[in-house]
Amino acid sequence: MYNLLKDDRGGQIFLVLLTFAAILVPILNLSTGVDNPFHVSTLTVTLVGKYLAFALLALSVDLVWGYMGILSLGHGAFFALGGYAMGMYLMLQIGDRGVYGNPDLPDFMVFLNLKELPWFWNGFDNFWYAMIMVALVPGLLAFVFGALAFRSRVTGVYLSIITQALTYALLLAFFRNELGLGGNNGLTDFKDILGFSLQADSTRIALFIASAIALGLGYLACRAIVVSRLGKVAVAIRDAEDRVRFIGYRVDRVKLAIFTFSAVLAGIAGALYVPQVGIINPGEFSPLKSIELVVWVAIGGRTTLYGAVLGAFIVNYSKTYLTGAAPEIWLFALGALFVLVTLYLPNGIVGLLKRRRVEA
Amino acid sequence: MYLLSQKNKTVSLLLFLISLFFSNISFAESAVESIDNPAKFSSTLELLLSKSYKDKEQAIEKLVTTKDERVKKILEAMLNARLFYTKQDKKIVIGEKQDDGFLITDQLTQKQIGTVNKSELKKIRVNNKLRRILRSAIATLSLSSADADERLDAVKQMFGKTDNAAIANLKEHLDTEKNKKVRDEIETLISINDLKTGNKETQLTAIKDLSKSLHSEVRNELELLKNNDDPEIANASAAAAKRIDERLSVYEKINTAFFGLSLGSVLVLAAIGLAITFGVMGVINMAHGELIMLGAYTTYVIQQLMPNHIGMSLVVAVPAAFMVSAIVGILIERLVIRHLYGRPLETLLATFGISLILQQAVRTIFSPLNRSVETPQWMSGSLEINPALSLTYNRLYIILFCLAVFALLFLIIKKTRLGLSVQAVSQNRSMARAMGIRASRVDALTFGLGSGIAGIAGVALSQLTNVGPNLGQAYIIDSFMVVVFGGVGNLWGTLISGFTLGIANKFMEPWAGAVLAKILVLVFIILFIQKRPRGLFPKKGRAAEG
Repeated sequence: MYNLLKDDRGGQIFLVLLTFAAILVPILNLSTGVDNPFHVSTLTVTLVGKYLAFALLALSVDLVWGYMGILSLGHGAFFALGGYAMGMYLMLQIGDRGVYGNPDLPDFMVFLNLKELPWFWNGFDNFWYAMIMVALVPGLLAFVFGALAFRSRVTGVYLSIITQALTYALLLAFFRNELGLGGNNGLTDFKDILGFSLQADSTRIALFIASAIALGLGYLACRAIVVSRLGKVAVAIRDAEDRVRFIGYRVDRVKLAIFTFSAVLAGIAGALYVPQVGIINPGEFSPLKSIELVVWVAIGGRTTLYGAVLGAFIVNYSKTYLTGAAPEIWLFALGALFVLVTLYLPNGIVGLLKRRRVEA
Repeated sequence: MYLLSQKNKTVSLLLFLISLFFSNISFAESAVESIDNPAKFSSTLELLLSKSYKDKEQAIEKLVTTKDERVKKILEAMLNARLFYTKQDKKIVIGEKQDDGFLITDQLTQKQIGTVNKSELKKIRVNNKLRRILRSAIATLSLSSADADERLDAVKQMFGKTDNAAIANLKEHLDTEKNKKVRDEIETLISINDLKTGNKETQLTAIKDLSKSLHSEVRNELELLKNNDDPEIANASAAAAKRIDERLSVYEKINTAFFGLSLGSVLVLAAIGLAITFGVMGVINMAHGELIMLGAYTTYVIQQLMPNHIGMSLVVAVPAAFMVSAIVGILIERLVIRHLYGRPLETLLATFGISLILQQAVRTIFSPLNRSVETPQWMSGSLEINPALSLTYNRLYIILFCLAVFALLFLIIKKTRLGLSVQAVSQNRSMARAMGIRASRVDALTFGLGSGIAGIAGVALSQLTNVGPNLGQAYIIDSFMVVVFGGVGNLWGTLISGFTLGIANKFMEPWAGAVLAKILVLVFIILFIQKRPRGLFPKKGRAAEG
């Protein structure tokens, strides 16, 4: 751990802050009264918990984009798949408390006149099976997709466009009722997780802490990859792919390994996100969402990992604020951010801070 | 009121003159029992005022026998619930709905009376039986029209609704009919009647005649005859039905191909601008869809400016949309993209930001709701080749328009000085500059050209889909797929790939459904790019490495 963070001041600061937040926020929420000035409302806890999940997602994008030069416009798809896996587990926990009161089938299936669970729902009533699927499904998709794409050396913009096509195709597929995943309403009305009610403050705190831990571990894992030889080769691929290939590295395998890992990370982020917001629907597959999360990374500053986290927090906080205060402005602001950051802040906010320090 | 009664006096004078005129005509051909004086015409017309549907029925029958040229219009109005009478003086009028009431025309005198409030009018009500009678009455009247198209329509209307009287009528008409199409239709109708009523001999000839027809009615009748007790008739009709089915399925394929071509045209139109900016210049312009959207909104605005000339507005919209999108495109190029050449991923992000801004701008200016763009008269309707195959004009025009735009663009790139510079810069930038080409100006113009073409695509799309802020988003991914599939930097490739994808999509739709067909096409392209990363028609030689 010491070696991992030796040259990573930003990472050190981030992890310290994260630890503080993970300890302090629950204490402030549970031990103080509502009128206490230091009280943190459960709403805020959930909101920040959501941001933590997004930050983990941003991390996964930075890993492939910042360190390997693959601009994936389909990472939202891996996020959503993880979310759906979690959603399926939560859906089966509802049992007979749904509107139709059917103990075996979720409401939307009763509505669609299905008689029994589709085969791929089997096993999702087991939490650990669902958790395996959270990692396995996005990972497998990324593995197959990556194996095809990297072996045939689809690179750069072409890769970006087909990742976008991938998430678009999934979007269309998940909108279909026939798929058996709730059509355009998605999965919602969750009641509890592992027997704890999702509405309870303590569950929300637990989810918050789980997200913080996942983000922390995710950060360390990414960091471990980045400082390893694998990470060094990845950076080399980003800068001069052909040269790395000529030296004798199996470029496609390196890419595939990191891409798949990143997709798993995104899937975990999705699984943390769903119980906190209480819904997962095909909208998460929309190409816009995937591009938006690339912007988090770009704004925070790529190739630093902690910059991605910072970007996820800043953009999502402004989104929450602006869509509430002035919804008209939000798309203008987001659009302007895209343009200004790419034009004037190629290294994001982190780059700006670093430059200041060098000048000083 | 005073004015009205004044008018009435002149009207009645006129009425008198007109009636004189008509009475003469009617005298000349009063062989049939007909109403040969104006008083009777008006009294028959008054029968329509009756509350009883039976009276109305009689009135309609009598009106038809008058052969008066006013009758058809009156009956049509009655069918469309536009026939009223004024509460005050019980005049029978046709009312056209206006903003401030109804513009009414007296049917006895054919004089426009003026706009009146709805409360002054009472609708002449019809029931379903009357509607049927009205339709056949109108058909009979149309049959004697001088216009061949109208006669054709009239005959077509009669399919499935013929009775013995109508058939007798048709047979009589056949003797005088000169137009071949109308004759064919009438003969089909008579043959269908023979199928149902004739003896075995006539039934067999009818089956033989009908086996060439493509009407769905014919198909149904033959299907019924398959179970006929007489094996000869049953076999003959089964064979005829089979022949018809074979031909129908061929036409159905042609129809699907036509749908595919029109979808392909839309794809080509949407992608062709991108083929310039992305294919030739290598700029990833994610705002391309929004440039299409701007073109569609330009069409909308121009139509708002000239609401009485819908057809003309569309013609004006083409250059206007080109200009608007081209100017916005050039601005984008000068202000943003210029700074990002050689950094494709950053270009992608920045232009995506621009697309968000443009979308929100449109949403703020025009509201987030869809705007409706009207279709001019000459684009509605369809070209009927035979009963099984009719091509709608709007799709036909889209295909022609697409080909025209493509040809124009092709000429610009291949034959003009600008096109030559564009090619030079895209092949070898520094060499082109060394030869005195102002590369950065060429960049701006090329981008403007591609953007302008996107605007033109928007004009076409405004005729097919809803014009709304999300119009562009719906087409951006498709456009990229078309360009990448066709091979970047190759205009022909874009054309062929657009048509291929369109046709493939439409042929898959019947068994896969629209959404699944689209998904399959997307998956196919993703896999295709793995196999041939440079598309169907890759650039060859040194240019490919740039």
